[in-house]
Amino acid sequence: MSPLAPSSSQRHKQLRSNCQRARQGARAVTSSCVATANAPVRARVQEPQSSYTAAHAKERLGGEANLPDTVSYAERELALATGRIKYLEQGSGAPVVILHHSWGSPGWLPFHERLAESHRVIAPDLPGWGGSERPAWAREPRDIAILVGRLLEGVDLDEVKLVGLGFGGYVAAELATMNPSRLGALTLVGAAGLKPDEGEIADQMMLSHRAYIEESFRDHDTYVRFLGDEEPPEEVRELWDFSREMTARVSWKPYMFNRRLAPLLPDIKLPTLLIWGEQDAIVPLVCARQFEAGIPGAKLEVVAGAGHVVEIEEPERTADLIAGFPG
Amino acid sequence: MFIGYFTERPYQDPNSGYFGATGRNLMDLGMSNSSYDPKLGADLYNRYLDEKIYAEEMGFDGLMLNEHHSTPFCMGGVMNLEAAILARITQRAKIVLLGNILPIWDDPLWLAEELAEIDMISRGRLVTGWVRGTGRESVAHNAAAPYNWERFQEAHDFIVDAWMRPGPFRWEGEHYHYRYVNPWARPYQEPHPPIWIPGVMSRNTVAWAARHRYPYLMLATELQPTVESFQYYDEVAEESGFTAGTEHRGYLFKVHVDETEELAEQAGRKYVQGPSNPFLEGNQGIVRPFIQNLPGLTQRNNLLPTMKSFAAAASRGRADQHLKNQQKNTPPPPPKDTYLDQTEKLSIISGTPDTVIPKVRHVLETIRPGTIFFWDGDGAMDHDDAMRSLRLMGEEVIPAVREIGEELGLKGPFEVDDVPGVNKPKEEPAKTEAEQAQIAAK
Repeated sequence: MSPLAPSSSQRHKQLRSNCQRARQGARAVTSSCVATANAPVRARVQEPQSSYTAAHAKERLGGEANLPDTVSYAERELALATGRIKYLEQGSGAPVVILHHSWGSPGWLPFHERLAESHRVIAPDLPGWGGSERPAWAREPRDIAILVGRLLEGVDLDEVKLVGLGFGGYVAAELATMNPSRLGALTLVGAAGLKPDEGEIADQMMLSHRAYIEESFRDHDTYVRFLGDEEPPEEVRELWDFSREMTARVSWKPYMFNRRLAPLLPDIKLPTLLIWGEQDAIVPLVCARQFEAGIPGAKLEVVAGAGHVVEIEEPERTADLIAGFPG
Repeated sequence: MFIGYFTERPYQDPNSGYFGATGRNLMDLGMSNSSYDPKLGADLYNRYLDEKIYAEEMGFDGLMLNEHHSTPFCMGGVMNLEAAILARITQRAKIVLLGNILPIWDDPLWLAEELAEIDMISRGRLVTGWVRGTGRESVAHNAAAPYNWERFQEAHDFIVDAWMRPGPFRWEGEHYHYRYVNPWARPYQEPHPPIWIPGVMSRNTVAWAARHRYPYLMLATELQPTVESFQYYDEVAEESGFTAGTEHRGYLFKVHVDETEELAEQAGRKYVQGPSNPFLEGNQGIVRPFIQNLPGLTQRNNLLPTMKSFAAAASRGRADQHLKNQQKNTPPPPPKDTYLDQTEKLSIISGTPDTVIPKVRHVLETIRPGTIFFWDGDGAMDHDDAMRSLRLMGEEVIPAVREIGEELGLKGPFEVDDVPGVNKPKEEPAKTEAEQAQIAAK
């Protein structure tokens, strides 16, 4: 087994935990905070309800994950008037905010850990996913992007390196076009959001959960190495099902792109890094070229052999590219 | 008792290699229409219309149509067109649409107009029914599955308003928006055609139907869970201030009649062959649960007792879980002969009138529906199979079943004074004296 590949049962434990958070997130809560158009977003950052010990983190990620013994990350939440947003946080330095794929956050990964060595890493569950409360009114990724903007304000982050993975990249790109005031750099990893000039973005609605996630890896063997060959347990499928519902609520049609995004890209002034798996079977590589052509000065890194989930398959490489950007 | 006739109008193509007892299995939404033969389609559409005319001659009260999309097991993608033709070529029978799939309509005003036209052409013989559709329909017409229930309810409210409220008016809803609602076609029946709601599974839908006092029709569900589902309907009805009667209960089940028991078995076996609905128990076909049960399409925890039925579970993509649950107790052996298995459970009733009538009696005694539909001529059954059965139904089964219905007190929806499924016009609030004076002054 690769040193970075946890056993499937360990990975599933981690996903199960996320599933529980998803269920908690489905409960309605009242928020004590109000945001108005004229006032800055006021938000309450709760102290961590639980902080994972190194042993706990190692169990979740796999003992082979090369995590230092001192590692711990906090689970926090921000209460906005629009709902609670949960996030994981660790590290210090310049802030990096990582937006997950459409299938929800699988938790704290070696990719996050690597970045947290040099940065303050914040990994939210997007509003409506995982442990973050569903904005029932949201109808498109742009709505989710607005809430991510509120998160950055609420936690009071500046000069953020915003990283979007897949669908999270779509959300990140939308935010960059709308409100870059708290952003310092943008990284899109296999990002959706643009209609491919050739080919299509793979449609998860026409695939089983497992088949779709398997498509996200470079090949079957790599999927098995990370998630095992057996059918994922019911709790994990439930998490994927829960995430897919939210994905459908905001991106059923057009599926995973917005024709109003491309015209706005040329005015993005942020340093932008595009990271794409050469074998990305979810968002075609041509989309990377389209982002590159659209965003002035964007830099493209194609990771040879990698699939859509570059950050899982090549965590150190991906993290180091982001950490070293813009230099 | 209201007795209707139904077939799914399967696309039968014995030459394609996909259909028939020895054909390859069909996968849901897994077959290209490049193999569709419009000449065959022409024959089949006309055949099914002819059979409907004959069904009316044989004494059926209702001719039921249904709607599915992008699938060979049902040719009723544009069911309203068939209904409009039936409106013109039949004379007496009700045309029962079970049903239009409301959430996939982006423009329900158009649907309101179509149905009004059908009602007028038929001179008031339309019974309209509305469903939420399966995942297949949401995919085929690309209606966002998570908003299926919202769209169903809003489209319903809108169409009823479009029929009952004097236009023009404006509609600004969550999913539908109109600046000028004033359809120049109004239903023949006042204030609108009866609305019936068919279904198999969703508690939400049953409760909703009961609250609206709409008759509910269980579609080919197993007997005991069907009884329990109607008990739930009755409970909600009581909570809503009325006592549900047989006129609120409908049941669709598979009945084929033939000249001999041998012929009946030969034809009956065809129910589970060919392009019959692959999502029903024992039929040929492969279900893709993630399509049938798209996220958000139904609430996962809101299911009727009919979900105990393996067939309904499979149709909604919960077969795996269902099997697991069963295995916790005593694992049932896989049925060796799905046809015989279903005949034993009365999921299929096929025989001569002598053997069929007592079984139909048992169903009526168990469920006590005021409305029934015989589901026949399906799967791989050909025109001759369908016509033999229709003749015998007319000659022997329908008269006998009417007597049984009479004996059991099963009143149909058109045998009661207060025909169910029809909304009452909203009463205008009483005018104040000042308002009356103002009107008088004008």
